[in-house]
Amino acid sequence: MIPTLPRPAWLRAATAFYVGAFLMFLFVPLGVVAVFAFNDAPYPAPPWHGFTLDWFLGNEAAGRIGLFRDSELLGSIWTSSVVALWVTALSVAVGTANAFLMEREQFPGKGTVSMLMLTPLVIPGVILGISILAFASRVADLWSELFGGEADFLRPGLPLVVLGQFSYIAAIATLTISARLKRFDRTLEDAALNLGASHAAVLWTITLPYLRPALIGSAAIAFLMSFENFNTTLMLVGTDSPLTIMMYGRMREGASPVLNAVSLFLMVASAAIAVTLIRRRRSPGS
Amino acid sequence: MPETPAAALGYRRLMLGLLLAPALLWLLALIILPHLDLALLSFRERVAPREYVASLAHYRTFFGEPLYWHVFVRTAMLSALATALTLLVAFPIAWTIAKLARGRTSALLFVVCLIPFWVSETVRTLGWMILLRESGVLPALLVHLGLTAQPVELLYHDATILVGLVYTSLLFMVVPLVGSLESLDNALIEAAYDLGGKGWSILRTIVIPHAAPGITAGSIVVFMLTLGNYLTPTLLGGKNSQWFTEQIYTQFITRFNWEQGAAFGFLLLALSTAMVWLGLKVSGQRFSDVMRRA
Repeated sequence: MIPTLPRPAWLRAATAFYVGAFLMFLFVPLGVVAVFAFNDAPYPAPPWHGFTLDWFLGNEAAGRIGLFRDSELLGSIWTSSVVALWVTALSVAVGTANAFLMEREQFPGKGTVSMLMLTPLVIPGVILGISILAFASRVADLWSELFGGEADFLRPGLPLVVLGQFSYIAAIATLTISARLKRFDRTLEDAALNLGASHAAVLWTITLPYLRPALIGSAAIAFLMSFENFNTTLMLVGTDSPLTIMMYGRMREGASPVLNAVSLFLMVASAAIAVTLIRRRRSPGS
Repeated sequence: MPETPAAALGYRRLMLGLLLAPALLWLLALIILPHLDLALLSFRERVAPREYVASLAHYRTFFGEPLYWHVFVRTAMLSALATALTLLVAFPIAWTIAKLARGRTSALLFVVCLIPFWVSETVRTLGWMILLRESGVLPALLVHLGLTAQPVELLYHDATILVGLVYTSLLFMVVPLVGSLESLDNALIEAAYDLGGKGWSILRTIVIPHAAPGITAGSIVVFMLTLGNYLTPTLLGGKNSQWFTEQIYTQFITRFNWEQGAAFGFLLLALSTAMVWLGLKVSGQRFSDVMRRA
């Protein structure tokens, strides 16, 4: 069972086999997505027809519209990026404020607030989506009645998508940043204050630099979760589709290797973010 | 820097107010009020244009129409099954990472297990579709090996949905399991072995009780995510998927019957909350600890 106890040979072999099979299970689906992005055939299916970059670079002349010529797909990548940047900025800002609130302040009802902050994580994304959709449109109706005019930002569309994703990603940012703030040695702040530093200077030169890894980490996670979010977005989306919604629509219509190309692009982008994060974590001083 | 005690108190009040405002705005405007509104919506019925009365009609529809509650029960059962399967698949890997592999190998294996989950669920599902569809890789391989005469359609079965759900949930099980297994002292296992314990009894009496918090945390999160999943069942199950989130989507977006959709949403939320509560009760854990672990 553990290395210090005798393990029969069959158990060792079974373990090795299981780990191998598990890794195959994990990576074969991703592998085929990558491989068929380069297959010279109109469907992402075997057999192999030879290598091509058409699904990235192809244009109308080639009869195949590649990823980099597909304005619809490129537009949806842009939409997703804009949404993700908003969600990241909002989540990290509110998450930081929440971390200070929960770790530093005392107020009546703190226990309730602390529990409420975790609830978005156990509410299914679809339900977050419909509840925000229904509430926003009620507020929009009220707005029209009271002030006249249309509150378009409260109708399905990107502002609502940002709010919907933020509603639970903020909870994750709060957890990540609170966890680091909890381990902070407050005597450092006291020392700086005793030496005559202002509260703002202490925050800026001591506390926030200490929190930096958590801020960067939660920003990366927020960006990625927003970019990949499907459930909440599906309920709140208007005419501009983020990438996941666009891909879902196309996957229902039928298969095309362009989807493999965009997937490969996503994999490379996520891998780049992951590697940067891991490097930062290992490098000293961060 | 405030000078007098009164100014210092004012300063602290101001800070508290500034820190409370975003939290309350977030929780009230995006979580509490929308859910109250959803509840109100589900308990009203349209009797004439712009005229509503309080009623249980939409809940009656759910229980009166077999299609709806069949799909609900089916979603719950398949989610429970997917959670159990995820636990079975994840446990040996978590054990290998926490106990068998050492140092760099262990860290590497852990990171390798996390990699697929950096990639969007859409991409992962696309991979399974390419592998399993009739013209896909696996049916072609089966024909090539002479196991089947014709390519078989491997998509659109319940088993396909389960494979996709387990695949997509693994991370949320492996991480808490590794956490709780790493904290188990090897000396306990050695002691049990020296006292004549066999593999199975050690697992049952020492390992599983110790890993219970991790198992609960993982199972709660996996069950909840599976229950609320939309993408994997609809794409891998096709028309046969019959997942409850699909019913909610149909009512809300396709039919624009928000009252009925709200009632469905609340039923799903109730089931999800009940399972989370039950999981916590059975394992005697606190909600906040579990969420931090997951």
